[in-house]
Formats: sequence, structure tokens, C-alpha cells
Amino acid sequence: MTMKKEILKYAFIQTLPVLFGYVFMGIAFGILLEEAGYNFVWALFISLTVYSGSMQFVLIGLLGGGMGIISMIVLTLSVQCRHIFYGLSFIEKFKAMGKRGWYMVFSLTDETYSLLCGMKIPEEMDKKKVFFTVAALDQSYWILGCTIGGILGSFIGFDTTGIDFAMTALFVVIFIEQWYSFPSHIPVIIGICCGTVSLIIFGANAFILPALIASVCLLLLLKNTIVKQDDCQEACE
Amino acid sequence: MSSSLFTPFLITLLVAGLTFSTRFSPFALFGGGKKVPAIVQALGELLPPAVMAILVVYCLRNVNIMTAPHGLPEFIAIGIVAILHIWKRNNLLSIGGGTVIYMVLVQMVF
Repeated sequence: MTMKKEILKYAFIQTLPVLFGYVFMGIAFGILLEEAGYNFVWALFISLTVYSGSMQFVLIGLLGGGMGIISMIVLTLSVQCRHIFYGLSFIEKFKAMGKRGWYMVFSLTDETYSLLCGMKIPEEMDKKKVFFTVAALDQSYWILGCTIGGILGSFIGFDTTGIDFAMTALFVVIFIEQWYSFPSHIPVIIGICCGTVSLIIFGANAFILPALIASVCLLLLLKNTIVKQDDCQEACE
Repeated sequence: MSSSLFTPFLITLLVAGLTFSTRFSPFALFGGGKKVPAIVQALGELLPPAVMAILVVYCLRNVNIMTAPHGLPEFIAIGIVAILHIWKRNNLLSIGGGTVIYMVLVQMVF
């Protein structure tokens, strides 16, 4: 086997868990997008340009244009700000990859990040090529899933009422994962309280921006308490 | 492109651009070996869990608990997603199971 094929085989095996996750979530996204009135061409376009699971689901609700531009910008940046920290681990590595480094930056999703962090690449393989192949395979699974979903969406014969709950379920799942990964539950509780209070005060169409701003302020105010609590718990464990 | 497609097209480009900018920001800001400011570090760690909680509220924003069925299908299905996920920690099972049950609830039960 040539080295190229071996790298592709290695990357494919590494990305198998992502294959299943991306294809199924992509299909769910494509179907929801079709339900919202945008066909598979949109699913293809969005998965090529945005390429972000949770944000694409949020985007479906934004496409209609009901939300103000400032709210959209703040919402997008808040959902995506975690990416700032993914890149930090790869600054030197991606720089060394030249033009391909730009694609690595663009395609650094939660899943690709965790694969890149966890892989034990065999000595004889070119690390940069493995990185690039893994990133490109991941996005191709996502594009495939989204497009299939968009096509399926237009053919589905049964009643799909309620299928949009997949998005709620996705956020509940991420929410639970966050709950487990942080020793302190204060950020989660701040989010629930700010979200609910803001919804009651400002109503369904205008609550998200005040909720985000209030959360940022409270988090900055309570930052030291949260961090101290974390340190204490880590010391105890 | 008709104007009804132009707005969603621009919104997609906006979201794509912002998403790329968050992914690119560490390379632009800290590429020269500069230290990450403590406040950025703290927000990056603490904001995501709060945002996920707000997004769950966002998904439920149009549920009216005052009128029948009082948000019951949503709360039951969320409970099932949570139980499935805490039990198995399998994303596809939790999301798939919860969604199917929600569809059954809104189509046949309520």
C-alpha cells in the first residue's frame, strides 16, 4: 500500500465515530431546513460555508430574518466563542501547514478538535497530512448528511410534525455534557435564570440578547467565586 | 436570485463569516506567543454552559404553559432525553429517542 492510501485508511478509521454522528445529525439538519422551506441546495451551501453543528440548527431559525442584526451577531459569537480555545492548542501546528493550515482553522469543529487532540499518529506517517485528511473527511461526512437530509425532507411521506424537537434535544444533550464537565454548575444556572427571566420580561422575539448580556455580566461578576469553587472541588477529589 | 432568497443568503454568509472569525481569532490574537488575557480565558470557559442553557430556553420560547397542553409534550420529551442521556451517554440515542417520543406525543396524544 502506498503512503497516501495508508494515511487515508488510518484517518478513515479514526473518523468512524464522527462519520455516524455527523451523517445522522446532518440528516436531521437537512430535514429541518427543508421543513423551514429551504431545499437541499441550501443544506449543501450551509454545510460548506458555516460547517458547525449547533450553529447551523440555530441558523434555521434566523434565516427567515425576524431577528435584528446585532442580536444575530451576538448570538453567533456567543454560541461559537468556545472555538477560540480550540485554536489555542494548534497555533504552531497549523501555521506550519501553509495553505492547508487555513482549511484546518476553518474546519476546527468540536469533533475534529477532539480527534486531533486524541490521535496517536504512527511515527512513519506525515502528521500534517493526517491532520488535513481527518479534517477533510469529517467535513465531507457532514456535507453528505446535510444534503441527504435535504433531499429526504422533500420525499418524506409520513407526518413530520414535531421533528424540529431534534434541535431542542441536541441542546439538552450538550447541556447535560456541560453539566458533567464543569465542577461548578453556576454558569448553567446563570444561563437558565437569565434565559427564563428575560423571556418573561422581553417576550419570545427579543429575549436572547438581554439574556446573553446579563449572563456575561453575571459570569464576570461571579468569576472568582466560580473558579475558587472549582479549585476547591478539584483539591477535594 | 430573488429578494426572498437574498436575505437568507446574506444571513448564512454573516454566520459563516462570524464562525470563521471565532475559529481564526486565536491565530490572529495570540499567534506571536502572546499570553491570553485572563478575562478572555475565563469567558471562554464559563460562557458555553450558560449559552447552552439559554439555547434550551430559546427552543421552548413559543411554548405557552397557560393554555393546553401546557407545554407537557415538551417537558415530557426533555425529561426522556435527559434520562436516556444520563443513562447511556449516547448522543444519537438520546436525540433520536426523544424526538420520536415528542412526535408521537404531539401527533397522537395531545
